[in-house]
This record gives sequence, structure tokens and C-alpha cells, in this order.
Amino acid sequence: MGKVYVITSGKGGVGKTTTTANLGVGLAKNGSSVVLMDADIGLRNLDVILGLENRIVYNSMDVMDGTCKLNQALIKDKRYKNLHLLPASQTNDKMDVTEDMMKILVEKLKKEFDYVLIDCPAGIEQGFKNAIAGADKAIIITTPEISAIRDADRVIGLLAASEMNDVKLIINRVKMKLVNEGNMLHMDDIVDILGLDIVGVVPDDEEIVISTNKGEPVSVKALTNSGKAYMNIAGRMTGQEIPFLNIDEKKSFASKFKSLFVR
Amino acid sequence: MFEKLFGKKKSKEVAKDRLKMVLIHDRRLISATTLNEMKDDLIKVISKYLKIDRQEINIQFDVETENRNKGALIVNVPVKEVIRK
Repeated sequence: MGKVYVITSGKGGVGKTTTTANLGVGLAKNGSSVVLMDADIGLRNLDVILGLENRIVYNSMDVMDGTCKLNQALIKDKRYKNLHLLPASQTNDKMDVTEDMMKILVEKLKKEFDYVLIDCPAGIEQGFKNAIAGADKAIIITTPEISAIRDADRVIGLLAASEMNDVKLIINRVKMKLVNEGNMLHMDDIVDILGLDIVGVVPDDEEIVISTNKGEPVSVKALTNSGKAYMNIAGRMTGQEIPFLNIDEKKSFASKFKSLFVR
Repeated sequence: MFEKLFGKKKSKEVAKDRLKMVLIHDRRLISATTLNEMKDDLIKVISKYLKIDRQEINIQFDVETENRNKGALIVNVPVKEVIRK
């Protein structure tokens, strides 16, 4: 049985979809079979981030309502044969899906893949409830901003209420220059406030803009720090012990994080 | 401490303080209405044994950081006088 992660954040625009795509690539490069499911019904974007938008015929809604078989809706990635996308319907509404429908679909997916990553929509309404329904683990994405952290905290509370116990944190778009100046919340502060184990820190990287333009996640080539950080997180998800990337030119904070991630 | 050393607080310290305050409110699992109902009921029970000033009673629910469904109900009741029976 595969592991099912929901990638969620509460706030929009913090990098859920980018992270889902990159972790999917990372896991696939490590040899696992992976399916990335876009749960943002009506506002899908995982397809464009992966550069697979032209290949969509069917979507998860078609599978759920019996229009097609699961295998007909799954899109094979052009770079990695063990990476798949299950796109969301763009013409339906989040209210057209129920939590039970999602659970049944996710059960099918986890029989076929080592990893099922669910890209959750922003917000805490029905779309969020559907996205977490079939998942047994969650990864919270936040940026070092007060609004993103606050929303992450709300989501953590909701996950706890629905008895999701395996919840980990990724801090995205860290600008070390600002952190060093004392003008951006430090990763340690965010970990303290949210009370979660951290699974990775991703530096702010202009390369993400370029990669999104091209439809090629940064972890494909992993030449810059963001790509390397995503590859490391994917490695940690498979149980490897990987020290935190030193994204700071001046001093290493990797040692501080190491103690937080012992398993 | 920061203010004394540098004259001005770093913006991340401001963010941290503001965030902590916001989260105290956000994390409340029990609404103010429910807490007030509980307070009224508690006053009824306690007033059978003790003379208390209802304005002085402080009731709050603190949520644990580790497990958001757990917490501590903290009730502070200053007693004016013990009612002898």
C-alpha cells in the first residue's frame, strides 16, 4: 500500500502546487512510483507546472462518476515513466465532490503507487476537506510571513481535529539575506510557533519563475538551491537521513535543524 | 532587550510578537459565548459555598501547542468570604 500525503497550506500562493510537482519529481527520480493528484477542482494548475497540460483527456471527476477508468485518466510524465498526474476537472465545482468519493479514489491510487501526493486547494472549505479525506499524512507549506504562518496554524488545528497525526512542515521562499538582517522570521521561530517537525527549508529562487514558464520543475535538473532542497525533502520522505541544505552564505544553520529531524 | 541594544526592534521581532498574539485568539477551541455560559454555571455552584464577586472571575481556555485538541481550562475565582453553614 502506498503512502498518501496531502500538501496543504491554508493560504494561497505559498507554493503548494510547485512543491507537489517537485516532490513528485524527486520521489520518481529516487525510483518510487508516484501519482500526483490535483485536488483543486475548477482551478487546476498542477498540469501546467508539470508541462502536461496538452495531454489531458479525462480527469479525476470522470473517474469518480464512472465516465472513464482510472488508467484512462492517468497521464504519464514525459520525463519519468514512474511519475503520473491525475488532473482535476476544470469545469466542475469543489462542491461536486464528496469526502467519500475522494476516499474511494485514493484507496484505488494507493494500491497502484508507492506515493500519492494530493495538491490541496487554498482555503479550509469543502475543497480542503475533500483533499484531506483520503490522506494519512500531511505536509504543510508556509512562507516566513505572518499571514501564511497564521493560516498554516489554522490548518494544523483542523488536521488535528480530523485526527491526522503525521503532519510535517516545509518552509518555502526563505530569503537568507533578510533573515540575517533580522527582517524575516527565522526558521527556528516558525518551527517553535507551529510546533511541527520540519522536513525542509526551500530558499527563494528566481529559477522557479523560469521553470514554471517552461513547465519543468526545478528538481528535474536540480541545479539551483531550490531544486536541491526539493530533492533532499523527497529523500527524507523515503526515510533517508539527509542533512539540511546550507542556503546561508555566511553560517550554517543546518546543524540546528538536524536535531529536529532524527528518524 | 532588543530595543535597549539596538534602539529599535527588528521587524522580525515585531512579526513574532504580533503572530503570537493573533494565534492566542485563533487557537481558542471554545467560543466566548460557551465560556460565558460555563462561567454562569460555575458561579451558581460556587456561590452555594463561597461569596464571590462575579466581575472578578477570570476564565480562559489554553490550547496545547503539541495537541491542538487538548488544553487547560484555567479559572481564577477570588473569594470574598466563606459562607459558614
